[in-house]
Amino acid sequence: MTFIPHAPKERDAMLKTIGVKSLEDLFKDIPEKHRFPNLHLPKALTEMEAAAELGELALGNENIRTDLVCFLGAGAYNHYIPAAVDHILRRSEFSTAYTPYQPEISQGTLQATFEYQSLIAALTGMEVSNASHYDGATAVAEAVNMAFAQFRGKRTKVVLSPAVNPQYRAVVRTYTQDMGLSIEGDDPSAKLAPDPQTLIPLINDNTALVILQYPDFFGRIYDFTALVEAAHSQGALVCIAANPIALGLLKTPGEMGADIVAGEGQPLGIPLSYGGPYLGFFATRKKYIHKMAGRLVGETVDNRSQRAYVLTLTAREQHIKRERATSNICSNQGLMALAAAIYLALLGPQGLRQVAELCYHKAHYAAEKIAEVPGYSPGFATPFFHEFTIHCPKPVAEINAHLLEHGFLGGYDLGQDYPGLKDQMLLAVTEMNTKEEIDALVDVLAEVAHD
Amino acid sequence: MTENLAVSIVEPTIYDLSSPGRTGVTFPAPDVPKAELPQGLLRSDLPLPELGEVDVVRHYTNLSTFNYNVDNGLYPLGSCTMKYNPKINEDTARLPGFAFAHPLQPVETVQGNLVLMYQLQEWLKEISGFAAVTLQPAAGAHGELTGVLIMHAYHNSRGDIKRKKMLIPDSAHGTNPASSSMSGLEVVQIPSDGRGNLDLAALKAACDETVVGLMLTNPNTLGLFDEHLEEAIQIVHTCGGLVYGDGANLNALLGIIRPGDMGFDLMHFNLHKTFSTPHGGGGPGSGPVGVSEKLADFLPSPIIGIVEEGQDDRLPLYGFLSPAKSIGRIKSFNGHFGMFVRAYTYIAMHGAEGLREIAEYAVLNANYIKARLNGKYAIPYDRTCMHEFVVEGQWAAAPGVRALDIAKRLMDYEFHPPTNYFPLIVHEALMIEPTETENKATLDAFADALIKIAEEAKTQPELLKEAPHKTPFGRMDEVKAARDLVLCCWLPEVNE
Ligand SMILES: Cc1ncc(COP(=O)(O)O)c(C=O)c1O
Repeated sequence: MTFIPHAPKERDAMLKTIGVKSLEDLFKDIPEKHRFPNLHLPKALTEMEAAAELGELALGNENIRTDLVCFLGAGAYNHYIPAAVDHILRRSEFSTAYTPYQPEISQGTLQATFEYQSLIAALTGMEVSNASHYDGATAVAEAVNMAFAQFRGKRTKVVLSPAVNPQYRAVVRTYTQDMGLSIEGDDPSAKLAPDPQTLIPLINDNTALVILQYPDFFGRIYDFTALVEAAHSQGALVCIAANPIALGLLKTPGEMGADIVAGEGQPLGIPLSYGGPYLGFFATRKKYIHKMAGRLVGETVDNRSQRAYVLTLTAREQHIKRERATSNICSNQGLMALAAAIYLALLGPQGLRQVAELCYHKAHYAAEKIAEVPGYSPGFATPFFHEFTIHCPKPVAEINAHLLEHGFLGGYDLGQDYPGLKDQMLLAVTEMNTKEEIDALVDVLAEVAHD
Repeated sequence: MTENLAVSIVEPTIYDLSSPGRTGVTFPAPDVPKAELPQGLLRSDLPLPELGEVDVVRHYTNLSTFNYNVDNGLYPLGSCTMKYNPKINEDTARLPGFAFAHPLQPVETVQGNLVLMYQLQEWLKEISGFAAVTLQPAAGAHGELTGVLIMHAYHNSRGDIKRKKMLIPDSAHGTNPASSSMSGLEVVQIPSDGRGNLDLAALKAACDETVVGLMLTNPNTLGLFDEHLEEAIQIVHTCGGLVYGDGANLNALLGIIRPGDMGFDLMHFNLHKTFSTPHGGGGPGSGPVGVSEKLADFLPSPIIGIVEEGQDDRLPLYGFLSPAKSIGRIKSFNGHFGMFVRAYTYIAMHGAEGLREIAEYAVLNANYIKARLNGKYAIPYDRTCMHEFVVEGQWAAAPGVRALDIAKRLMDYEFHPPTNYFPLIVHEALMIEPTETENKATLDAFADALIKIAEEAKTQPELLKEAPHKTPFGRMDEVKAARDLVLCCWLPEVNE
């Protein structure tokens, strides 16, 4: 299969205009020793054959739509995606455009991004949002860069809650490994405190940023207001990594005083797709935008006095500032941000609240039913949103293997990351799970406790 | 004077279109007893717009018509490789086995995904000549950051801890220096010589025992293959540095030469350029990184590998492996899997010969436009180019006209402009990359338009200065945008 549209006659005419005899003549600058290697790749497929091969590969997976009932979350969630979302995303006007460097012919992308920024600001209770980051983990890592820059490198400590998603914590460590920062609080082997206030003694006048998650990795919800105030009293900034569906119901991090709200936007209309592409969202207060990473769309007018949009404050970015830029980010998650905008526009306040409440009620029903099964008990007594932990009577891997045999994708094995949480499982319940599925899960859990 | 042919078609914002009480989706009533909500932790209001499904669909459909895109015509943005994105990719990426797989599923239940990722790693290795590949990075710049961290970690692991400098040519993309400084390195700029190659004398002078390495785009951002590439790499290696390849321009090299064979130590790929995954109006991209043998242990964790060998009729089991000295995780979950499916589909349809043809025709197309423009535009480094070339967008006979004006005027001829003002080393740069998927008729029409514009610049410069005329929107007041900073369609409460 080829996507090269040249007729042989046309190619020859072009070579003649250029003044060479053959295509090979165009490659004289390439060292001969290594020129034209023999690549060992499978024989080219036609589109028909490729469709069949990819179809086969896809069938090599058990998917959570037709094969498995999903109770797994841990940072990626199974939500319903209204049909209109993907129909709009598939429009090549959106999907095949580049970053909107030429605003006169990119107003579709620009206005949609401006609206995305507005929707994220509304959802998080913040003043400004950027155009996106790669995912929740890298958005949180960029929050560290921003805080570091805000204090001109003079504050060198980050207080990182151990209840932040282990993958986010890992990415923060990777990003900052050469920055000379110290990261404190992030000790998953310590006994997990029931209360985030225990982080307060770690915060001092050398702390640039405090990173929290809401709901936290275990699904727990706290009002962080007092913690944020304590951080502010030391002059530190606070980043709260939030679940956007939970924000359909819960008090916003903005209301709690957060300086940065970042997070994983996947729940907003983006398919699980084995981990990506997802969406990192990032919102902050207006006073920090000059230190914020990423693209930003602003409203303006064109020379015909029409309201229009452009990329603005670009002097923060790598193509202008080079080594002094706030970040190296260039391509971000444009199309995924569009998906989130469409999702939020479709659901509106009613729909989003409905989804959030469904998640909440179903998760609480499941938690209650599981706690009634002998051998299982709740991990924490704290209020939670749509994820919760349970003590299991057997190793989580064993229980999950049994669940899988019955067609369930069980919960996350917390012992992998938290030695103190051995035999504890993190389960997620969303609007996609019916009462029948939950009841059936409870039955299988009961069964596995016995044998 | 010029006439404005457009009618105003401003689309209201999603908030303008809102009317209280509407919703575009409803969900089933709860089938479980309601739990008590956490009073005191509930939000007081949720200021999202309220629209019906049709309102939302019309809004975005209307907006979409304001976008120029690859399916509408030539998009010759240099350095961006805006090739046609095959439709089949969009279908394969949405197959339920791919789209509805949770990233943390047990590996036994996602062997199809893991085989695909493993195979893609193998193909990228074969195409580039590297020993190992990570698929984790989300875009080119993210691949660069990964690469810089790997380079630094490699030196540190050898106790060679005084290396703090990254050498970067003056023609490099801004992400290269930004990625280096993000990892605490000092950036040293290396000039280019009169033929558009790296200045070897300057490179030699900069090379010492404090150098982490060199970040090199090859072909470079002038579209030129460095004539002393092997020597340049040798110089850096001699001082103990590593050579990083910015693979943005790999489209010119498919089946032509393998960067690993040339001595590059590591490189990022851009699946969203070379391997046809759509740009999405600014992402998602995908920026896998390939490394040589000695850097393989430093790759981000995990990579995909065989965790249990197959036997007779039992297939091998694919899963996750942790490189021994890994820099750590650079992204959550498994990278931009949806982009891997598209790139896999694309490579599978091409095979070795097909890939080489891509490079050959990309280079043919660029040289053809270059030949057609010869004499009409100044071409600062007039050599056989690779997949792109750079012209100067200014003439002595039309001193008031700038590259920007040419770019805007091209829109009136229904073409997307080339990249402008990059690379920084060319005065009023216009960087043209047609890609292999454009036919001769399109290229001729584009060259004709540029030639016509070169004449207009001298005879009717105001036509360019005020362009575009035929697009739905005219030139923007960028100063106002930066001054007013209206970044939101509604006014959030400022709680200081
Ligand atoms: C030469 C070069 N390097 C790096 C990048 C950054 O790539 P990305 O946008 O995928 O992060 C680009 C993007 O245009 C580029 O042209």
